[in-house]
Amino acid sequence: MQFPFLSVIVFTPVVASLIILTYKPEWKTAVRWTALAAGLIALALSAFVYITYDKSAGGYQFLEKYDWMPLLGISLHFGVDGMSAPLVLLTGVVMTTGVMISWGVDDRPREFFAFLFILASGVFGVFASLDLFMLFFFYEIAVFPMYLLIAIWGWVKTREYAAMKLTLYLFLGSVVSLIGALVMYFSSGRQTFDMLVLETVKFSPTFQKIWFLPVFMGFAILGGIFPFHNWSPDGHVAAPTAVSMFHAGVLMKLGAFAALRVGIMLLPVGAKFWAPLIMGLALVNIVYGAFIASVQTDFKYVIGFSSVSHMGLVMMGFATLTPQGLTGAGVQMFSHGVMTALFFAAVGMVYDRAHTRDIPKLGGMIKALPLVGIGVIVGSLVSMGMPGFSGFIAEFPIFMGIWGTRWSFVAIIAAVSIVVTASYVLLVVRRVFFGKMPEEFEGHIRPINTFDKIALVFLMAFMVGIGLFPVLMVPWVQSGVQHILTILGGA
Amino acid sequence: MTGVAPILPEILLLALGVLVLIVDPFLKRDESRRRFLGWFTASGLLVTLVLSLLFARPAAPLLVYGGMIRFDWLGFLFELFFLLAAGVSALFFMDAEQLNYRAEAYLLLLAATLGMCLMASAADLVMLYLSIETTSIPLYILAGFLKEDEKSTESGFKYLLFGALTSAVMLYGFSLIYGFAGKTGLYDLGGYFTSFNALSIGVTFLVLAGLAFKVSLFPFHFWAPDVYEGAPTPVAGFLSTASKAAGFAVILRLFTAVFNADAINPNWSLILAILATLTMTVGNLIALTQKNAKRLLAYSSIAHAGYAMVGVVAFSQFGMASAVFYLIAYLLTNLGAFAVVGLVGRVTGSDDFSAYYGLSRRNPGLALAMLVTFLSLSGMPPFAGFVAKVFVFAAAVQSGWVWLAIAGVLNSIVGLYYYLNVLKYVYLYRTEAQDEDKHPIAVPRPFLVGLIVLVIGILLLGTVFGPWFGFAAHAAANLF
Amino acid sequence: MEFFTSHLLSFILFFPVLAAVIVLLLPKGNLKVIRWTAFGLSLVPFALTIYLWTQFQAGQPGFQFEDQVNWYTAINSSYHVGVDGLSLTMVLLTTLLTPVALLASFSVSDRLKPYMFLFLLLETGMLGVFLSLDLLVFFVFWEVGLVPMYFLINQWGSEKGEREIWKGVKVQARNYASLKFIIFTMAGSLGLLLAIQMIGVATGSFDLVGLFSNPNWLNSDNLRLVNLLGLPLGTVKAIAFWAFVIAFAIKVPVWPFHTWLPDAHTEAPTAGSMILAGVLLKLGAYGFLRLVLPLFPAESSRYAGWLAFLAVMAIVFGAFSAYGQKDFKRLVAYSSVNHMGFVLLGIAAAARAAGTLDGTIAMNGAILQMFNHGLSAAGMFFLVGVIYERTHTRNLDDFGGLFPLVPIYGGILIFTSMASLGLPGLNGFVSEFLVVRGAFGVGLNVPWQPIIVYTSIAMLGLLFTGAYILKGIKSVLHGPVNEHWAHGEHKLTEINAREIAVMAPLMALILVIGIYPAWILDVINKAVMTVFH
Repeated sequence: MQFPFLSVIVFTPVVASLIILTYKPEWKTAVRWTALAAGLIALALSAFVYITYDKSAGGYQFLEKYDWMPLLGISLHFGVDGMSAPLVLLTGVVMTTGVMISWGVDDRPREFFAFLFILASGVFGVFASLDLFMLFFFYEIAVFPMYLLIAIWGWVKTREYAAMKLTLYLFLGSVVSLIGALVMYFSSGRQTFDMLVLETVKFSPTFQKIWFLPVFMGFAILGGIFPFHNWSPDGHVAAPTAVSMFHAGVLMKLGAFAALRVGIMLLPVGAKFWAPLIMGLALVNIVYGAFIASVQTDFKYVIGFSSVSHMGLVMMGFATLTPQGLTGAGVQMFSHGVMTALFFAAVGMVYDRAHTRDIPKLGGMIKALPLVGIGVIVGSLVSMGMPGFSGFIAEFPIFMGIWGTRWSFVAIIAAVSIVVTASYVLLVVRRVFFGKMPEEFEGHIRPINTFDKIALVFLMAFMVGIGLFPVLMVPWVQSGVQHILTILGGA
Repeated sequence: MTGVAPILPEILLLALGVLVLIVDPFLKRDESRRRFLGWFTASGLLVTLVLSLLFARPAAPLLVYGGMIRFDWLGFLFELFFLLAAGVSALFFMDAEQLNYRAEAYLLLLAATLGMCLMASAADLVMLYLSIETTSIPLYILAGFLKEDEKSTESGFKYLLFGALTSAVMLYGFSLIYGFAGKTGLYDLGGYFTSFNALSIGVTFLVLAGLAFKVSLFPFHFWAPDVYEGAPTPVAGFLSTASKAAGFAVILRLFTAVFNADAINPNWSLILAILATLTMTVGNLIALTQKNAKRLLAYSSIAHAGYAMVGVVAFSQFGMASAVFYLIAYLLTNLGAFAVVGLVGRVTGSDDFSAYYGLSRRNPGLALAMLVTFLSLSGMPPFAGFVAKVFVFAAAVQSGWVWLAIAGVLNSIVGLYYYLNVLKYVYLYRTEAQDEDKHPIAVPRPFLVGLIVLVIGILLLGTVFGPWFGFAAHAAANLF
Repeated sequence: MEFFTSHLLSFILFFPVLAAVIVLLLPKGNLKVIRWTAFGLSLVPFALTIYLWTQFQAGQPGFQFEDQVNWYTAINSSYHVGVDGLSLTMVLLTTLLTPVALLASFSVSDRLKPYMFLFLLLETGMLGVFLSLDLLVFFVFWEVGLVPMYFLINQWGSEKGEREIWKGVKVQARNYASLKFIIFTMAGSLGLLLAIQMIGVATGSFDLVGLFSNPNWLNSDNLRLVNLLGLPLGTVKAIAFWAFVIAFAIKVPVWPFHTWLPDAHTEAPTAGSMILAGVLLKLGAYGFLRLVLPLFPAESSRYAGWLAFLAVMAIVFGAFSAYGQKDFKRLVAYSSVNHMGFVLLGIAAAARAAGTLDGTIAMNGAILQMFNHGLSAAGMFFLVGVIYERTHTRNLDDFGGLFPLVPIYGGILIFTSMASLGLPGLNGFVSEFLVVRGAFGVGLNVPWQPIIVYTSIAMLGLLFTGAYILKGIKSVLHGPVNEHWAHGEHKLTEINAREIAVMAPLMALILVIGIYPAWILDVINKAVMTVFH
């Protein structure tokens, strides 16, 4: 019997969560170390799954299936392919670094980590799930903890508003998709929620054209697609650091990924029909997101809107429906995830010490926080797609994918965002980290601790590693794309 | 003959009630009395539950006792959950003011439960009416039990008046049915209402009036908020769950046995669909404006009746099964929610939202229980409410009622908003003096037991829902 | 040994990265160790390049010392490097100027380790562009070179000086200059990026060797793959051509895309300016030669007139602007615009008349001018830096009559200025002569009237070149001695041994190429003959 890797990965966080809830509220250190242990276990296992995934064989591996409700054909069905394996790894990385960065949370850390880990289980569950019902189950589990995490531990000024807006938006998106999924289930006539089976069902073209859009857009809302992206910047800013890392780093990928798995892969004809619209919306994301980011004065809002822009690239890649575009999108999900996790971690570190995120008020941070500065510089370079870093490896094929469609001029418009991103990101980095440190901060910026350093270096390693050696991730994504192309080709 | 198995639960309940009456005078008039009565009732109910589980299980559906009772899974399943609800409520009664040291309260509880059990398996119009009254009258009294409290008295009185009125209307409908069909057995009436004419509409409407009152379906929902708010909280909990479920059981039977002709059905489904939508919407929208936790739950209970009705509207086996499952999930969840609200209300003396500020620091465990119940109400996994909602909406979609499903999900979003709002007060807001650790909230033992049972139930139904839905499906299958 | 020679280029290319890491690991306090380690390590690629030069077979068609490793297989891009005569010349320039610049950087003491780290990374970036035989890898190194230079200007650039940007907000001059530099160049490279993507999608590969051997790399078949608004083949190719041209034109820089240069050169630290003018500008010209001409021969020929026109504008306006400067460094900066104009003029002439003798001569001149300007510009910037370190001003009016005070410096300055001016006997003359001779020849023999006009106007520019150079020298060295620098605390010290050591190799090469250019012209010429015929 093969070791049930994916089940363990999916359920470790929630089990840890339950254990943590049994601790007394005063046992703060125990809570933290338990959380870290769980994170490391999940990380180690997801790294193992990633490394041992057989790219040449491709397809879904590490399969596990447990009948859950045969009456309706619901099963607890796990498996990863080349697209989801990197995302599982990403979740493990962000989870662990998130715990490290949150070491200092002192207000009810028990509940904090418990809720965070429920979220983590939900995320793992969606990535690994091959049963449509269970996908929704885990998807919703990933939504409600966000409310609590942001409302309780977030930024005092906007947390209630942002948390509610975020939760309602995401819930709306997911129920819209749910209706679509239910319709698909009943129309398929196969009495099963098993996605592997549903992939083979050929829904009628009219059906697909009608239902693709609700299903895709419902999930894409979590991916931040225009014009339903509004929850994201506010949510990012209001959330506490680790939650922002999770939110931008992983949660938004959840939406994009589910849109791919349920929308594109189960309704390929619909996907082809609506692709131009998605491309158009994604283009707005990319360009508009970049421009809005460039006028922000709150550091976190800059990153928040920049995430909207970068997720636009992911969805653009999907919408091209070409091998390069899909490959780029897959890599971009990982690359952006790591990059934005690093950015939010860095912002959190600066904010904890300076108690402001207002860019004009900050300055000269690199002397006091050198590693943070370097981390942010690396993150910036990834953000603007500088070759040598993972961002370029992701963005380049996406653009190639655009060239391969009928709308190649979109590439030219989207390229504008690269320069806009470069200019605002360089300016922000320079203003916050270089120049003269304002008087009020002199001597008050304590250095970062070991955990923070480990987290930063770990995240940077991925960005540089994949940038120099695309072979570390691209072949996995490619094998996943292979499968998607087969589905699209057959449609 | 099948012996006493079909009415074993009822007999045991009767016996238990008698025992309570007998035991009561021998108890000292003090603290220990509360404890004893409550535990006694609860354990008695537990015993009843176990015995019923073992000996009262039906095989194929069977009409017994001259056609008065139908011995089938629908009745059986509902009976078991009524017993559970009553047992848990008995535990909650123990710490409710004035309820707790009156044996009459427990007796009334048992009587109402008995009535509900009969309602769920009634197969004859007369039996139906009898059982509905047997359920309602004790509940009227329980609602108005707090003699000194104006609100409680008002609640009891209102409940009585509304209930009596709608019962009378329903009885009139029953008499019309008898008049035209010449029979009272539900399963004999199937062929008589085959066209959608004035007669059948009138009759159905009259009957439905009574039942709609019981389940608080629009437009017969007006009594609910005031009654729930005024009644002692554990009673409100019991009212909003068990008696509603019983009402639904009757509706399910009526629509599958009597008003099931192809001609009438789609039309009534449409009417019910519209009513369901209105119920959900009205309940949710007004709940948005509430500042009082008890009233919020009252309106939310109205909304949930709407959700459950969606499953009925689907009018398929899957639809009925999903409605049954929904009611079970809702029963567990709402009982828990009312329990928490009741405890906080008793300790802080207020049901306003401000009473919940800082609850997570005063008793983290209680806050978590509230989180579980409220999120289950809003339909979030891994709680029962999620699965229940998905299934009713799925049933709607399957039967082609996509717009209804959409209305349901949109309503769920509204619901999510106000449930989260309350949780926000619990976790984020703090008391004036921010000295929560000086004012912890103690959870009494019986309460703890009851809550744990419910929370485990909610989690169980939310995660390992396969077997439970299987029971509901079995029950639904027995209907047709 | 076999492994070493077969991967010689990769060694040359990546050794600076290794050196950078080693420098990073050195202890922070000891500045001397850091300086000498960095300098010493930077000599290794230079030595390797000399070895490469000796092993190189001039005249052999194609690329030598090729090295290819799969890199980004998903989109068919590989790490593919190789040299021919053109790139070899540029590699020599780079690996020569880097140690020279590092030696010049010995006066830097603030955050020396990151400085050296960035400088060495920069070297790899530049070498990568010259050695790359894969379009994507070319682009990677092209962009990679921007980041170290951005930080070098930003962090170690001149501290004084402010620029006012919109709404009256004042920023430090070096911040303004560095941001303008990187954003300008990146914006320009956008077109390059898009065109490369298009090529990748259309042809299915980024390999230059493959593209060169197929003149019809974009034809009606694969045009369908990159359908650009349904435009016809000729138009798409023309758009791609201009996309490439603009990217490189910004780098060269060609008028009117040159406006980033004066700021960047002026605000950069001395060694930064040396490399910026010495090598980075050549990246643009190299792009023209390596990519634009071979991939778009028809378009290059068709639009050569425009290019020649812009080249002449650069020559003339560069000269006029230089003449009008008060800031010594800015004067030298504009002189770069002026000199690089000649490079572009030669390229334009060669584009029009590819394959003819005149075209070849013009091309030879252009490439040699690239090398020569690298030497003389680096030298000039260094000398400006020398005087700045002592006087802390670059304003020409502040100097005057310094010759008696610092005669050796004066002599070196005059020597280098003469090279810049194009004095026969020094290197500048050879290349400029070849360009002009080739241009005129193309004009007469093709025939192509406009270029004759353009070249004549360029001659006018040459006149002003002489004017601004002499003006510069006069302001600094001649005239009555400026008492301010003659006594007391501001007394000027003579140029020291290290600084002479920096200038020595440059001066030697300037002289040698001026008198005996054959050793390098031979390599260049053979390359031109094989590549462009």
